Formats: sequence, structure tokens, C-alpha cells
Amino acid sequence: MSTTLTIDQNRYKCEAGETVLDTLLRENVNLSYACKKGTCHSCLVRSDVAPPGLAQSGLKNTLTKQNYFLACQCYPEQDMQIRLPDQSEFYRMGTVITNKLLNRNTILLVMAFEDAFEFNAGQFVNLQRSDGLTRSYSIANIPEVSNTLEFHIRRLPDGVFSTWLHDEVNVGDSIAVSEPRGHCFYIPERREQGILLVGTGTGLAPLAGILNDALANGHSGPIHLFHGSRELEDLYRIDEMRQLAQQKPNFHYTPCLSGSEVPEGFAAGRVNDIVFSQIPDLKSWRVFLCGHPEMVNLMKKRTFIKGAAIADIYADAFLISYH
Amino acid sequence: MSTTLYERIGGEPAVNAAVELFYRKVLDDSTVYRFFGNTDMDTQIAKQKAFFTMAFGGPNNYTGQDMRNAHAKLVTMGLNEDHFNAVMKHLGDTLVELNVPGDLIAEAAAIAESARDDVLGK
Repeated sequence: MSTTLTIDQNRYKCEAGETVLDTLLRENVNLSYACKKGTCHSCLVRSDVAPPGLAQSGLKNTLTKQNYFLACQCYPEQDMQIRLPDQSEFYRMGTVITNKLLNRNTILLVMAFEDAFEFNAGQFVNLQRSDGLTRSYSIANIPEVSNTLEFHIRRLPDGVFSTWLHDEVNVGDSIAVSEPRGHCFYIPERREQGILLVGTGTGLAPLAGILNDALANGHSGPIHLFHGSRELEDLYRIDEMRQLAQQKPNFHYTPCLSGSEVPEGFAAGRVNDIVFSQIPDLKSWRVFLCGHPEMVNLMKKRTFIKGAAIADIYADAFLISYH
Repeated sequence: MSTTLYERIGGEPAVNAAVELFYRKVLDDSTVYRFFGNTDMDTQIAKQKAFFTMAFGGPNNYTGQDMRNAHAKLVTMGLNEDHFNAVMKHLGDTLVELNVPGDLIAEAAAIAESARDDVLGK
């Protein structure tokens, strides 16, 4: 049985016995690939309909949920609309309804949309200025009826985009926002599983979304949040998290400070050390890591060594660009 | 025997289980960590998956020259017989932990062993 593959306005006939990759290569569509065995994941693409299970073998569950699949392993069972990784993004306009300080260098930016904005808490979007300058920011809230997105935006020294958001963007302004991306989010299954959330700086944004999503889904296992920075002035939402920890018996919050001044009620040291002094064994835990790339990469390995399964480790390393 | 070692050992699910245990062992072994720890973890996992598929005699496209090229940089970093032996031990321990029968472990070890000279650039 042959099927039709659609990419943008182009249609390609996928012959019986051909994979999606075979068809696209035959048609000279530019798509990266390497092993053709489902191992390297180079030819990861996305479909509008659920792809055959075999084509999703070995992918993270947050990717399979979004209909991602491996072109080299996919023998289509129905017509598919396919999105390549580099295909241009769809942007829509949002209106700024809040822009206020969370701490000395981080703002809370809330944007409202006319229509429902579908996303998973913990994903990120690209914000685009009218001159085309674009930056990625994590969504800090869970999908709400009000059709709003919340962001925590730290002012980076020499950061052109963050400086613009901090100093020039006002309530009522419009900003272009991409579709949600990323696969660091909560899936409501195995609700009794322990969840470890580790973030530095504005890594709290996606983690707060994931936390609220897990709680809203009735997650019953222990949920531990470790939020770290060097100085107290760079943490935020401390009281809010403490209050939540009092209300929810399975939620535990540990603010961590790696600088020299550590007041009572805060753990002293780096998050990557403090986590393991409190939770030495992560076997069967689900882990979310967001923030500084060094912390994220180090913790991916350390949480894995401490027993977390690879499929259970979700990471979002923040890229920092200045110009 | 008609079926391949890869099939008898349990195919892709067996590879996935083995990779996880094996990679945890090498990351926790300070003598070989530096050869495994520097690249992105997801990339490493994909490589280890390819390694196990090969060790089990499963479908792979690797030639001796590929193995040489892939490990040439590690050889300049000092990769030697001791490291290879340590990795072979982790491979064996992993399969024992997964209750793979001894004769199949021996077969897998022999396939991995056959790559020794290429891996070490000899």
C-alpha cells in the first residue's frame, strides 16, 4: 500500500516497503540522517498523526507524545503530514499584561493570547522582537483558561534581549511568540514515582510549571524541589514555595545558596551536592534538570549514576546568548 | 545454530537494558570515566547501544576502520590495554547481572575482544 507524505505544500508518494527516509531521499528532500538503524536519532521528524509504534522505538515518552518519530524506521500506515526540524516556525502575537520584578535581576513577564495556547508545562517558546532578534524562554505556568503564558526573565549583563524586556517592554506591548518546543515536561503516569526537580536561577520557571502540573494531576509520590543560586537576592518565590510545601505533604522545597552568606532555612552549598545528601538513591525516580548548562550536564550523569533510568531524566540546559 | 547471538540474547530490549547498566558502571569507574564522560550523555548512550548491538552480533555497519577512526582520539588521550580490560570486565559484569547464560556471555565477549586492536589503534 502506498501512502502520501506532505511537507509544506509538497506531496510525495511513499511506496509500499519504503521508509519515510527512503522516500524523502529519493525525492531529494534535505533531511539529516546517519545510521539508518534507529540508533542515532539524526532523522527525527514530527507527524500530524500518531506514527507507527516501531518508528518511535527508543524515543523519550515526551517526544512520542508529540508524534515525533524516526524517518528511517517508519513504514507509514496512513497519509502523514511531516514537519522537518528546520522548517520555519509559526508565530502569533501576544500582549504583555504583567512586567514586574521577582528579584533584583529577574522579571515576571505575563503575556495574554486571544486563542487557546496549547503547551505542556515546562516547554519553552521563542520570543521575537520586531527586528527579528529571537530568544528562547521557558514557560513558567500550566495551561490555563485565561490563555496566558508566564516567563521568568533574568537580566543578563550585555544581554540585548533581556535588557530590552526589562527596560523597554511595557504592559500593552505586543511580542511575537513561537509554538511551544522542548520535551522536558510531566506526563501523568506512574503517579507514585518520586520526582526530583533541580534548577539554578530562572531554571525555576519550567520546574514551577512541571511541579504545578504534577500536583494538578494528583501525583502522589514525593516531589523534591532544589532551587540554587549563589546569593539569596538571586532566588525568588521562596515564600510561595515554602507555603506550598506546608499545604502539600508530598512536596518538599530546599532553597540552596552556594555563596558565603547562608541564612537559617537555606541549605549551604551547590545544588548538585545538596541533592545527594538528602536523596542518596534515585532508583526509579523521575528527574527534571533546568538551568545552567554545566549544572544540567553534570547532574544528568550524577543522577544517572545514582540509579535514575535514562528514560526518566528530563533536562533543559539554558543557552546563554548575549548579542 | 540457526539464530544469531543477538536474537538469542533478546534483541533490542536486551541491548537497551544492558546499555543502561553498563554505562552506569563505566561512569562510576574513575579509571575509564574520562573516555566516556566528556561528551553529551545522549550521544554516548547511542554509541553504547551501537557497541552492544555489535557485541551481540546484531545488525551494524561498523568496519574495523570505523572502529579505528572512532577511537583514534581516545588513543591519543592515552587509551590502553588496561582501559580496554576494564571495559571488558564491565561488559561481563553487566551481562551476569542481567542473568545472561554464561555461554552467551562468552560469545559476546569474544566479539568485543575481536575489536581490541582496532579500538586501541594497533
